Amino acid sequence: MADVTLRQVKKSYGSLNILHGIDLDIKSGEFIVFVGPSGCGKSTLLRSIAGLEEITSGELKIDGDVVNDVPPSKRGIAMVFQSYALYPHMTVYDNMAFSMKIGKESKAEIDKRVRQAAEILQLTKYLDRLPKAMSGGQRQRVAIGRAIVRNPKVFLFDEPLSNLDAALRVATRIEIAKLKESMPATTMIYVTHDQVEAMTLADRIVVLKEGHIEQVGTPMELYKRPGNLFVAQFIGSPAMNILPATIDKSGSPTIVNHVGGRKATVPIATPASAKGASVSFGVRPEDLMIATGADYLFEGTVDYVEQLGEVQLVYVDIGRADLPLVTKLPGNVEVKRGAKLRLSANAEDLHIFDADGHSFSLHSAEAQAA
Amino acid sequence: MAVTTGKSFVGRFGVHIAVLIFVAIWTVPTLGILVSSLRDKDQIIASGWWNSFASSSQTEAGRLPPASVQVEKDGKFVLEGNIFGDGAARDISAFGVKSAAPTQYPAGTTAELGDGVTLQLNADGGFVMTSPKAFEGARGQRVYYASSAPPKFTSDNYKTVLFSEGIGRSFMNSLTVTIPATVIPILIAAFAAYALAWMRFPGRALLIAVIIGLLVVPLQMSLIPLLKLYNGVGSFFGVPSKTYLGIWLAHTGFGLPFAIYLLRSYIAGLPREIMESARIDGASDFEIFVKIVLPLSFPVLASFAIFQFLWVWNDLLVAMVFLGTEGDQIVLTAKLNALLGSRGGDWEILTTSAFVTIIVPLIVFFSLQRYFVRGLLAGSVKGG
Repeated sequence: MADVTLRQVKKSYGSLNILHGIDLDIKSGEFIVFVGPSGCGKSTLLRSIAGLEEITSGELKIDGDVVNDVPPSKRGIAMVFQSYALYPHMTVYDNMAFSMKIGKESKAEIDKRVRQAAEILQLTKYLDRLPKAMSGGQRQRVAIGRAIVRNPKVFLFDEPLSNLDAALRVATRIEIAKLKESMPATTMIYVTHDQVEAMTLADRIVVLKEGHIEQVGTPMELYKRPGNLFVAQFIGSPAMNILPATIDKSGSPTIVNHVGGRKATVPIATPASAKGASVSFGVRPEDLMIATGADYLFEGTVDYVEQLGEVQLVYVDIGRADLPLVTKLPGNVEVKRGAKLRLSANAEDLHIFDADGHSFSLHSAEAQAA
Repeated sequence: MAVTTGKSFVGRFGVHIAVLIFVAIWTVPTLGILVSSLRDKDQIIASGWWNSFASSSQTEAGRLPPASVQVEKDGKFVLEGNIFGDGAARDISAFGVKSAAPTQYPAGTTAELGDGVTLQLNADGGFVMTSPKAFEGARGQRVYYASSAPPKFTSDNYKTVLFSEGIGRSFMNSLTVTIPATVIPILIAAFAAYALAWMRFPGRALLIAVIIGLLVVPLQMSLIPLLKLYNGVGSFFGVPSKTYLGIWLAHTGFGLPFAIYLLRSYIAGLPREIMESARIDGASDFEIFVKIVLPLSFPVLASFAIFQFLWVWNDLLVAMVFLGTEGDQIVLTAKLNALLGSRGGDWEILTTSAFVTIIVPLIVFFSLQRYFVRGLLAGSVKGG
């Protein structure tokens, strides 16, 4: 129903800059997730879109209109807060009807829309309850219902699942995904620090760090082809193994020498000038497997094993005690502490990043595009 | 609960004893005032209120009838009758004829008074006095006796103080002062507290600092300048210097810094997201205040109302300065003070007046005590 466009959006408190010029195009009907560590500015960005924070400079458009100076209620947005932010002294019905009552809508219209929203969220039989008589999951549903009633062009979620316990979090996550499916035209923007939520819900993920956008892409793009070291380590759990390496042979494919003492052939093009350069060599724990043949990537002794049942995390000492290699192996493989282990990985699952942390694959893609 | 405190039985016992002692220290005098106010005037003088449920024993003097009513019987002159006359009968335990020994003879026995004169005084007040010679004189024999009166409770004291001593009028005067002087500061302070907690405007921090600063200004220091200012303004508009409006304004002024401080700290502790949510829902500042903040602040409004009500009700100083001492303006505390001077010995008047004065604070305290406790915690623990 509405595009959201940000052009050079900056936010600062006095001399402290929180957002350093954010450019972002959100298409109508998209589910966008802002993700990043604490203090990266993702909540500030969301609150700026909501109008709860004034942006210092730049331009913010919702549905083609510049809304920099438009009050929150006139922006066509609805927001779901982490703490639900229900009005504690009002019943569920009154909570959901509040915005329409303020807007002086007719009683019949209010009743119709509240009951509709309650139907969608299975809240009909709780309409007369006060929030304090409801569980966390139900409260969050009321908060979502309050947003639905407003019939917004853009839905904003600020870490809506953080206050729920693990089981409820999964259930509510699925409910939000279904809600999005039932409202395909509504744009949704969702802030979280939990990458599982980001991966499962998003059409596109925006990774933020210290007020900058690090990368924007679909969940699989970010997972398969992280644009830089930060994204590589932020997406995926446990984080990607990053090892110092030098380029032994540039071109395509590239051959690197990593600190494990072995050479690796990476099918990514590097410019000729990069030969001998220090790079970061990355491989995800889940992409590593026990080598069967003579061709292997790492050799080391098993330092520690965390058995999770389905999988096990094996920490392998490859000669650098400060850089243990983490691998995720199937739970039924027997791995003993102190045993020697040889690991390999498919060539296409290997990543190399230049000294600034940027991915070479992205460079070459940009180079090709240019 | 007892387990979680982790204290020994002795420790808890000590706590309970201490609580009991405090309760007793507080309750006993109040009870004393209540009981005294309901007792008969004469009994208050005769015995303490703690004896009021037992019969009170008092020594009294009476006089037998004069010689003129004597009859001659069996060669003796006899005086017979009841010492209480037509009055209420009391129990006489002992009697005597000398003021030095007023309880010389037990009731019912016959006392030899010399010269063959005998006197028998029964417990019910009946007496027989005989003499071989005729009684003479217009005044009868003086008799002392110890009698015990049954406990006597009466609401007469209340009738007296409320309707003839002017306490009833003062009670209404006190209410006239107290209710507006409680409501006005709450109204002003609630608005101010919301603005100072949630609205951004230049000078807000300074304003808060000034209000906190005003908390420490002693009332006595500002009393006279305030009165002068008020009189100046009053004479400009041609209003008399001592009016209810004046004392409402004075109490409002003296109450506001604390009211704003208390309410602001509570309102600032309300979750920010609720306000933001309301703002997204389209509510203006005024709507947020009326529909969200006021209902949520009810506990702290109630607790401030209690503080202010009790303080104004018990206030003497401000009332003396800003109100007259005539019947239509004198408040209870001032009236009580005046009664101490004019009726200092009349305990039944004083205790009754005192109890009329404390009855309102008692009702306020007991009906709102849960808010009282919550209000005291308002600054330290997030309410709600």
